[in-house]
Amino acid sequence: MRLTWREVWHSFWRTPLLSSLSIIMIAFSLYSVGLFGLVATNFRHTLSDLAERVEVVAFMLRGTPIETITLASEDIEAFPEVLSVNYVSEDEALARARVELVEFREAYEDLATNPLPASLEIRLRPQFRNAAQARTVAERLRAFGFVDDVRFGQDWVERLDRIRNLAGIVGLVIGAAFGLVAIVIIGVTIRMTVLHRAREISIMRLVGATNAFVRRPFLIEGTLRGVLGGALALGMSFASYRLFASGMGLSGESFVFFTPSQAGLIVGFGLLLGLIGSLISVGRHLRHV
Amino acid sequence: MIRFTHVSKTFPNGTGALRDLSFHIPRGQFVFLTGHSGAGKSTILSLLYAHDRPSSGEVKISGYTVGALRASEVPKLRRRLGVIFQDFRLLEHRTAEENVAFALEVTGARRDTISPRTMRALTRVGLAGKARAYPKELSGGEQQRVAIARAIVNDPPIVLADEPTGNLDERARNGVFQLLKDIHAGGTVVIMATHDMDLVRDTPYRIVELREGELVYDSAVDEADDTP
Ligand SMILES: Nc1ncnc2c1ncn2[C@@H]1O[C@H](COP(=O)(O)OP(=O)(O)O)[C@@H](O)[C@H]1O
Ligand SMILES: [Mg+2]
Repeated sequence: MRLTWREVWHSFWRTPLLSSLSIIMIAFSLYSVGLFGLVATNFRHTLSDLAERVEVVAFMLRGTPIETITLASEDIEAFPEVLSVNYVSEDEALARARVELVEFREAYEDLATNPLPASLEIRLRPQFRNAAQARTVAERLRAFGFVDDVRFGQDWVERLDRIRNLAGIVGLVIGAAFGLVAIVIIGVTIRMTVLHRAREISIMRLVGATNAFVRRPFLIEGTLRGVLGGALALGMSFASYRLFASGMGLSGESFVFFTPSQAGLIVGFGLLLGLIGSLISVGRHLRHV
Repeated sequence: MIRFTHVSKTFPNGTGALRDLSFHIPRGQFVFLTGHSGAGKSTILSLLYAHDRPSSGEVKISGYTVGALRASEVPKLRRRLGVIFQDFRLLEHRTAEENVAFALEVTGARRDTISPRTMRALTRVGLAGKARAYPKELSGGEQQRVAIARAIVNDPPIVLADEPTGNLDERARNGVFQLLKDIHAGGTVVIMATHDMDLVRDTPYRIVELREGELVYDSAVDEADDTP
């Protein structure tokens, strides 16, 4: 094992330009992934603010006794999807309408009877804030006898769903594309290293080195390049984040950086790419040496 | 120990290097492979260390059948051989000592045994004093002796030498040849390919001569060579 590390160390310093260049190239491709990830993370952050407004509202028939409503609220609160249930009485509805719907303020001022129904405003737990779940809850609410109508802003929620899916797909495609670029870079540089050291490899073989023994330093080297590239990409992403945040005067609340586990994921991605790239390359090129 | 049975070797480009070659080398022999350049000497050796495989016929060495070797068995065979070349094949950025130790490290030898065994091999070839020198700091003869130390550090029962004196001046040539004779005297089979007729003349050792891939002379032909 010590010999292997010495091999890796020697190999790096025998071709310092090639090694540094490949690390930098990997770093830049992972940096692109990192930048997109940063945008995506903050986009998701914003979306989840929006999603918090996903709400199912059940309008009640006039004259429903308050006891019935209280009991039903408890039932509804026990639904697995439901975060909270808020009862809005007819009077409260009118008061709100007066404040919120300024254009109609005058119409509401001189009403003899209150035209607005009482309602239950039901907020969903974060993981259920999508169209399908909102619809399920709405269906279940319709089954209550005192419920007149249920609304959950279907169009709006469905659009939110689509945006979320699109963001996920774009993220995957970009991640995969740059991941592939990194694999190719690692593959090519490992290939150059293999060719550069062809004579040495043939001598190793001659004195009885196994394929695994010959391959190991290359795999370690490729993996190491991936990890270093990933770490460098993370550093560059952080620098960009700080620059952008201070340039735009954004606070850490509204514009976030990766969580430690997301940061680990970028470095881990680099490691994986390094390993895959060198596995493919060494496997293919050692055969010809 | 080594047996060729009706061995032919044709390279992918169509060159027929060996034609229907049969011979046997028992334990303890020193064998000269002679013949002009292109006669097939190197090809015989490369079959023996499993760099190439026979096109037809059977090559047996130390219980292995070269044509049927699995990839994982090739290193095992090579660890039981020492191979020496005209061009030394040392690693330039390693010292003499590291070059020799390398052959042990590759086999997974115990760490604490590597240094003493390496120094013992270097002492045998008379280069203990130059253990820390790099190949470019050594003369051709010294480099070849490092290569010999590397070949014998595993105590192999067979040593293959392909024109080991080809790049050396008279004095270095004699030194290297003497070392090979010493190694043979210790009971090791030595097969040395050479076209240096001065070395072969009046030798007590077996001579196998090739011409265009065919065996044209074998000094041991009257001995118990043909017994199966
Ligand atoms: N790898 C190879 N590919 C094609 N032809 C080869 C190869 N190696 C050797 N030969 C040919 O095989 C013949 C025997 O070569 P070789 O065994 O090297 O001869 P020697 O060592 O006696 O000089 C020569 O004609 C040579 O050109
Ligand atoms: Mg030759």
